[in-house]
Amino acid sequence: MSSALLALFRREIRLARRIGGGGAMGVVFFLIMVTIVPFAIGPDLNLLARIGPAILWIAALLATLLGLDRLFQADHEDGSLDLLQMADLPLELVVAVKCLAHWAVTCLPLVAAAPVFGLMLALEGPALAGVTASLLVGTPALAFIGAIGAALTVSLRRGGLLMAILVLPFTVPVLIFGVSAASAAGGGTVPFATPFLVLCALTLASAALAPFAAAAALRGGD
Amino acid sequence: MLTHAFPADLKLDVRGLALARGGRAVLKDVSFTVCGGEALLVTGPNGAGKSTLLRALAGLLAPASGEIALSGGGAREVPVQAHYIGHAEAMKSALSARENLAFWAQMLGEGDGLAPQAALERFSLPRVADLPVGWLSAGQKRRVALARLLVAPRPVWLLDEPATALDAAALAGFARLMSGHLAAGGLIVAATHAPLGLAGARELRLEGAP
Repeated sequence: MSSALLALFRREIRLARRIGGGGAMGVVFFLIMVTIVPFAIGPDLNLLARIGPAILWIAALLATLLGLDRLFQADHEDGSLDLLQMADLPLELVVAVKCLAHWAVTCLPLVAAAPVFGLMLALEGPALAGVTASLLVGTPALAFIGAIGAALTVSLRRGGLLMAILVLPFTVPVLIFGVSAASAAGGGTVPFATPFLVLCALTLASAALAPFAAAAALRGGD
Repeated sequence: MLTHAFPADLKLDVRGLALARGGRAVLKDVSFTVCGGEALLVTGPNGAGKSTLLRALAGLLAPASGEIALSGGGAREVPVQAHYIGHAEAMKSALSARENLAFWAQMLGEGDGLAPQAALERFSLPRVADLPVGWLSAGQKRRVALARLLVAPRPVWLLDEPATALDAAALAGFARLMSGHLAAGGLIVAATHAPLGLAGARELRLEGAP
């Protein structure tokens, strides 16, 4: 069973690397978002430093959504999803592995790039560390919550926008606690640990619940 | 032809099956039994419900009523003991034939099937193993998909129009593989318009909803 799950994880990574549109594209999108903001609000370094964590989080949220609509749709279209349901594995585990692979391909590069892009928004050392740590523990929740939307819209040909509309409201708690953890690290009245631990809890809860919801949506989709 | 032997007492039992898609009844009161070593050809006009029946057998569509039971070979349900060859090939065009087959061997089998290269050779495709599947012709893709049957031995083969895009030689080769599967104690349910070259196969004719 674990070798089958490992094979699935390796296939997802390999496909993301061959087809493209995975990690590199997400990072470039992230970079463009982060670069556009100073043009829009002007070169006020204090203002940029204050809203920097929020900008990085919103950019990460949108970059995570980029490839999410294809998470199950590609497998649905070529018939792989049918066969994945016939494997001797719970579909919930298959969903969880696909989410983890999606996270490793699209979100992990964003986390790695966040300190560099944070510098462009005039963030200081502690704030840089805070935003990177909050993205590291918070983005898995985005991938798992997004998987529910991806599973619900799996058979819709242009389901990407609908998926974003379905998913974005549910990512609000992650965004709130992610940004407040990142801001707290850069100074403020709230200790860093409080929002950070809530963020960890959100990720753990979504990792535990979302695979069941997404698998139920996939099973009911036929 | 296949080295694998399946349990001798294998039996697929379908009783009073009714299927609906999108709230519309497609099939009513379908009953049949297929034992190990037997093949059942499901025939009928377009829209008669052949593919729907196969999807239900594969566990991809919940029956409206009736039951599907597989006895023998351990108390495991049909989906994990069956191969489903549908209209889509379930092959990733960016991966090579070998990578695709190796993946399905691990997902669907327990490492006791043929190696991808050997399975491709059975389908007269010895040289395409390292080419991306997206580069292959429709008939070659179909043969790579059929090679999945060999890399992960499963006793029940559910084949939906397996002969699509196959040339005469490939079809004859596939008929020999199917006979080998039946001789090893497996069973086949195939929806088809064209004759598959299986001697002694029974036929289930679906007339379709009026």
